[in-house]
Amino acid sequence: MSWQALALSVKLAVIVSAVLFVVGMPIAYWIASSRWRWKFLVEAVVALPLVLPPTVLGFYLLVAMGPRSPLGRLWLRAFGHTLSFTFEGLVVASLLYSLPFAVQPFAAAFRSVDRQLVNASATLGVSRLRTFARVIVPLSYAGIITGLVLSFAHTLGEFGVVLMVGGNIPGVTRTVSIDIYDQVQSLNYAVANQTALVLLAISFITLSVVYAVNRKVWVL
Amino acid sequence: MGALKVGADGDAEAPAGKHALSAHIQKCFPGGFELAAELEAAAGITILFGRSGSGKTTILSCVAGLLAPDAGRIAVGSRVLFDREQRLDVPVVRRNVGYVFQDLALFPHLTAEQNVAYGLGRLAARERRRQAQAMLEQFRIAHLAGRKPAELSGGERQRVALARSLVIEPQVLLLDEPLAALDLPTQSQLFADLRRWNREHQIPILYVTHSQREVFALGERVVVLDAGKVLAQGTPQQVLRAPLQETVAQLAGFENIFDARVIALHPAHGTMTCRLEGSSVELEVPLAKAVAGEAARIAVNAGDILLAVECPRGLSARNVLAGRLVGLEQEGITVHARIDCGVVFQVKLTPTARESLALAVGREVWLVIKTYSCHLLEPEPG
Repeated sequence: MSWQALALSVKLAVIVSAVLFVVGMPIAYWIASSRWRWKFLVEAVVALPLVLPPTVLGFYLLVAMGPRSPLGRLWLRAFGHTLSFTFEGLVVASLLYSLPFAVQPFAAAFRSVDRQLVNASATLGVSRLRTFARVIVPLSYAGIITGLVLSFAHTLGEFGVVLMVGGNIPGVTRTVSIDIYDQVQSLNYAVANQTALVLLAISFITLSVVYAVNRKVWVL
Repeated sequence: MGALKVGADGDAEAPAGKHALSAHIQKCFPGGFELAAELEAAAGITILFGRSGSGKTTILSCVAGLLAPDAGRIAVGSRVLFDREQRLDVPVVRRNVGYVFQDLALFPHLTAEQNVAYGLGRLAARERRRQAQAMLEQFRIAHLAGRKPAELSGGERQRVALARSLVIEPQVLLLDEPLAALDLPTQSQLFADLRRWNREHQIPILYVTHSQREVFALGERVVVLDAGKVLAQGTPQQVLRAPLQETVAQLAGFENIFDARVIALHPAHGTMTCRLEGSSVELEVPLAKAVAGEAARIAVNAGDILLAVECPRGLSARNVLAGRLVGLEQEGITVHARIDCGVVFQVKLTPTARESLALAVGREVWLVIKTYSCHLLEPEPG
């Protein structure tokens, strides 16, 4: 099996989870606490990757990263190459693709924190930001871990978006699921089986962690 | 509004301090409920009394800043917290108002000590710890410092919540029925500690309750609320013992409220005679501005009526009524007797009294009611 592809996928998944931890929390907090009447539109956009075919998302990302889009031109001017078919491009695509897997568990956890605790914190003179850090986040740890583990697992196994945006460059954009596809195409079923088994095991373990944390099997 | 206003009369613990809370709050809710309350609370404990849905908690939320009134003004001493006309609304985090919520809202992931120290974030760690520990000691929970709320009893949790809201030295303390679930000895012990704390700090404390028992046990002053309006304010004795309005009488648990007609005035004796409607029962009640033939309503507390099994003689009480016992029920340690004297009176007794008098339904008894236990009610405003 291809250790290089597996390492690349793990690297991608770790980076994406880490960025989503930072970016997803404020988005989730806003979704959980805002009373803006058009909020549902933002919620729909965040959830879009859940239902959109990966090829559709990948197609639009490819177009957006291309030299004919303003975004692509901007990147080209700054870094001398386009985002598509690079590892950075994969990170950007995976961030969007896995966004709901982080934001939705975060937001659900934030919402379930008793409002009265937030009120109590305010009457004690503690700002909203500090209340978030000292009350909301510690009481939402199960949801936060769930979001991180799900985005890690989801990024690890993604295929369609990667194929559209990243192509199949060994060591740069050939992730583990693309590798499996390649092996099957070349009729190397035994190798494909090994890699698939590793992915299956990782997926099973991560989901077990999610359920165990939510059942409070371990007290953190 | 016809509210009875009583000044801070001879209340040694509560000088009419410069840090009195004055609140004038108007707020309409989509369901049609309208709050329009004006109240003053000097240093010391003021009870907000009323049935649920009368607007008590809404008042607390407005004072704390969790809810904005539609109109009005809220100030502590000279510090204005809210003024609609000046478009002034101090945010919750800067109001410095202590609030003990009905469900306490202790942080479940923090220990008792961390809960108490929570509001002291601006201080250095060592000073924060020192103040939190001093507060835990004052409220006798220093030995529980390391426990989480889930590991504390109800009374201990109340103490942590109280210590947490007082450690920030608030200008006002709001208590939303936090003691309702506790037994009376535990309650009054906690209140003794709170009073001790407040002797030094002299801040106004607003305490919300719907329990009449708590009003007498804890309050120096009481504000009676009903349907978003202040009906009366004064000492518990003034307001609840001698209710001027029927709603207050009902809230205060005056079990006997009768329609009556004034039949004779005795200005020389300071009394007048009223006949209860639908009967020949006559009661001598304190003199009021009335003319013979006028309708009146009379309230008598069931605990203020004496019951005798023989016709009593030589009493100062002017009203002795013969009747028959038609109902006898025990509820906790109180026996509720119903006596038919032409109209049915409710009388409260102790189980011992029932036994020593060998009371039983059907028995002939006499009721003794002092003139000053008969309270004339004002007609309802509006």
